[in-house]
Amino acid sequence: MRHFDRDFLTPSLYSDRMRVHVDSSKCQGHNRCYALAPELFDVDDYGNAFELNEGVVPAGLEDKARLAAANCPEFAIIIED
Amino acid sequence: MTTVYGPVTDWATDFDHGDPEYNNNIHEIWSNLKASGCPIAHTDRYGGTWLPLTHELVHEIAYDTDHFSSQGPVVQQLKPSQNPDAIPAPVGAVPPISSDPPFHADARRLLLPAFAPKQIDPLRSKMYKMCNELIDKMGDRDTVDAALEYSQHIPVLIIAEMLGLPLEDADKFRNWVNLILGAIGAERNEERLAMFMEFSEYLDRHIADHVDNPKDDLITFLLNAELHGQKLSPQHVHGTVVLILIAGIDTTWSGIGSSIWHLASNPVDRRRLVENKEMIPQAVEEFLRAYAPVTMARIVKEDLEFHGVEMKQDDWVLLPFPAANRDEAQFENANEVDIDRTENRHAAFGLGIHRCIGSNLARAELNVAVEVFLERFPDFELNPTEEVTWSTGQVRGPRNIPLRILARK
Repeated sequence: MRHFDRDFLTPSLYSDRMRVHVDSSKCQGHNRCYALAPELFDVDDYGNAFELNEGVVPAGLEDKARLAAANCPEFAIIIED
Repeated sequence: MTTVYGPVTDWATDFDHGDPEYNNNIHEIWSNLKASGCPIAHTDRYGGTWLPLTHELVHEIAYDTDHFSSQGPVVQQLKPSQNPDAIPAPVGAVPPISSDPPFHADARRLLLPAFAPKQIDPLRSKMYKMCNELIDKMGDRDTVDAALEYSQHIPVLIIAEMLGLPLEDADKFRNWVNLILGAIGAERNEERLAMFMEFSEYLDRHIADHVDNPKDDLITFLLNAELHGQKLSPQHVHGTVVLILIAGIDTTWSGIGSSIWHLASNPVDRRRLVENKEMIPQAVEEFLRAYAPVTMARIVKEDLEFHGVEMKQDDWVLLPFPAANRDEAQFENANEVDIDRTENRHAAFGLGIHRCIGSNLARAELNVAVEVFLERFPDFELNPTEEVTWSTGQVRGPRNIPLRILARK
């Protein structure tokens, strides 16, 4: 229910949602983000990570996004609050 | 036992990472060097070698492929330039770890899909089975050696099967691993040369067999692979098989061993992981940070002033990712092993374009090995009547972990 409420309170299409982005020029395929937050990141056959859902972090997963960013050895994950 | 260069006189100016004392006292040596204001140690040994100690320096060198070549990833007494059989940059003897841009990216891209998470995850069930079988074999003895009876077997069996090499030759592989990575400071005599020849001929024989009898494994994959429109050269195939076999074995063996050694010496951590299995992945990342097994090496391409030291063309430069992982500037309480550490950008698998290609495999093996060991042996301690021994050289891990088993399932 809480999830629904939050969506209801922020109807302006994700505009105030946290976003994540993998800088593909820095990503070396350590796959830490994919291991820690598979809801937010995926990896291709070469191990390169990319953000799901155009980087929009669903409500309640903000901590997972921060955790993924804080564990990237190459500092490749950018968070926009 | 010292190396051909004799006992170390001073760790800042005459260090020897092939001397057993180095890995035995590694954290003390680094701390003393840093405390004495020495961020880059040097030795004339191996023809001139540098040892940077901070995360910042290690990171910078790992990224700077313009000035530092990967042609010699393991420091040896002969430099590639002194070895008439050396395969020149940018390919090197064991591509892609020995390769430089631009060749490196293409040689690496060939291999990456075989080691991607979606290929590795299905192997986990095999790992569980193997780890449980290793523990079954120990029977009901109260004393075991977790290195000799457990950690050393897990990566060998997986990598031999991936490559398509006979599992019963595991002892041979471990001897060759020690020859190449451990005995870097040993006298270069006939016996040593004969062992290298034996290794090379062994692989040639198995590669030739794969030419005649293709299989569903990495050797056959390499034989069929194409790079720039051509099949890989026999040299390239051979070199990559050497790389996968050697790099896939004692690195993970060391990581599993160090984790079990830590858990034997730290009952609080052990109990917490036994009671909270879901904490194991985070704890394993901390063990990877604190006991990172692998130091790589580079070769200076041309004379260079680097943060106040004069590096000469052809000097070796060690990249001690384990030291970078214990840098206070990068990690809070870097010398404390804290399984609650959530922010952990450790560099155990390297930094930059040479990130360990087997990192997903190694992580899976480490997690499964720790989980099964704790499940079967919820309580154990180091056996005080026997000695823990450590490897020598650029890969660090325990080679004997004598344990007393206090509870089993």
